[in-house]
Amino acid sequence: MDEIKAKVRQFLRGYFKEHDFADEEDIFASGYANSLFVMQLIAMVEREFSLVVADEDLEFDNFRSIDAIARFVTAKTVVPAGT
Amino acid sequence: MPDIGVRTIGVIGAGVMGSEVAQVFAQAGFEVVLVDVTDDALERARQTIQRSLRFQRMLGARTGLAAPPTVDRAEVLGRVRFTTELADVADADFVVENVTEDWDVKRPVFEELDAVCKPHVVFAVNTSVIPITRVGGVTGRPDRVIGAHFMNPVSLKPMVEVIRGFHTSEETVRTMLAVLAAIGKEGVVVADSPGFVSNRVLMLTVNEAAYLVHERVAEASEVDRLFKGCFGHTMGPLETADLIGLDTILLSIEGLYRSFGDSKYRPCPLLKQLVDAGLLGRKSGRGFHNYE
Repeated sequence: MDEIKAKVRQFLRGYFKEHDFADEEDIFASGYANSLFVMQLIAMVEREFSLVVADEDLEFDNFRSIDAIARFVTAKTVVPAGT
Repeated sequence: MPDIGVRTIGVIGAGVMGSEVAQVFAQAGFEVVLVDVTDDALERARQTIQRSLRFQRMLGARTGLAAPPTVDRAEVLGRVRFTTELADVADADFVVENVTEDWDVKRPVFEELDAVCKPHVVFAVNTSVIPITRVGGVTGRPDRVIGAHFMNPVSLKPMVEVIRGFHTSEETVRTMLAVLAAIGKEGVVVADSPGFVSNRVLMLTVNEAAYLVHERVAEASEVDRLFKGCFGHTMGPLETADLIGLDTILLSIEGLYRSFGDSKYRPCPLLKQLVDAGLLGRKSGRGFHNYE
């Protein structure tokens, strides 16, 4: 979980030089979330965590904060115990 | 879709703009013939359309636009015929041209279109810089040539700058506006003049913002923060310049300088230096801002 958050935070630093996001802070509330940023954020999630975001998961709430992204990535990549 | 006598749209040029133009027409239920010179360009266009459709529901929701009529990827792509033959637009009822913003490239395209297309067909020139009157002049139908400056990303922007050339008829303006209405967009009609309205003001703003940085009045980040925080712009002028590409910005402002011969359009030395240094904005990783 912490590793996921660190990678997301590193990506955000490339965009928001003057601002460090708290884990639960709304990324899109900053007014910076233009369409290009949103597409690059999702491309980064797919690339860094080797997953494909399904159409039904393309919702702002899944990518709204560092916490939300970490929860989403964990849910999509962790193999349940016993399988 | 209201009957405006237009069913098939010829879209010339399958770059970023042309791909999106093809997409919005296909989504609105039109048949589209998308033409480019190579199969590679057409394959990239197919991928661009697929990617754009994928994100549209999410991004469309944010911009508050009504849901587009069709987002089913297979259905939308099924309405687009990809071809390298310009003659395949012979049956089109309306043409939107989106080739490179270079007169030496656009001119032969229009000469050939004029020979291939039915006489009543309107040609919409998707440009931010080429004079519409000049385009009309190389065709036998200057009354049916009109400017349509689409904004990027086309699928999300509700407005189009429509440019009336010297000979453009009222009927052509009406057809253009009806076609735009059919894809859920509103056109604002302006006269033919260098840079039209949007680029003339935007380029002058970017150039002046560059002078502020050049003269050390403010840092680039401060200029952009002021425009976002004070005026509610989603991007500041220098971020916008980085996104468009500083080489394109320089060409545009130099074009305005040449056209008007007015010193207010003289390019900022810092802008020239950044271009000389290869710092072209996002596409090169650095411009007024650093993206690396």
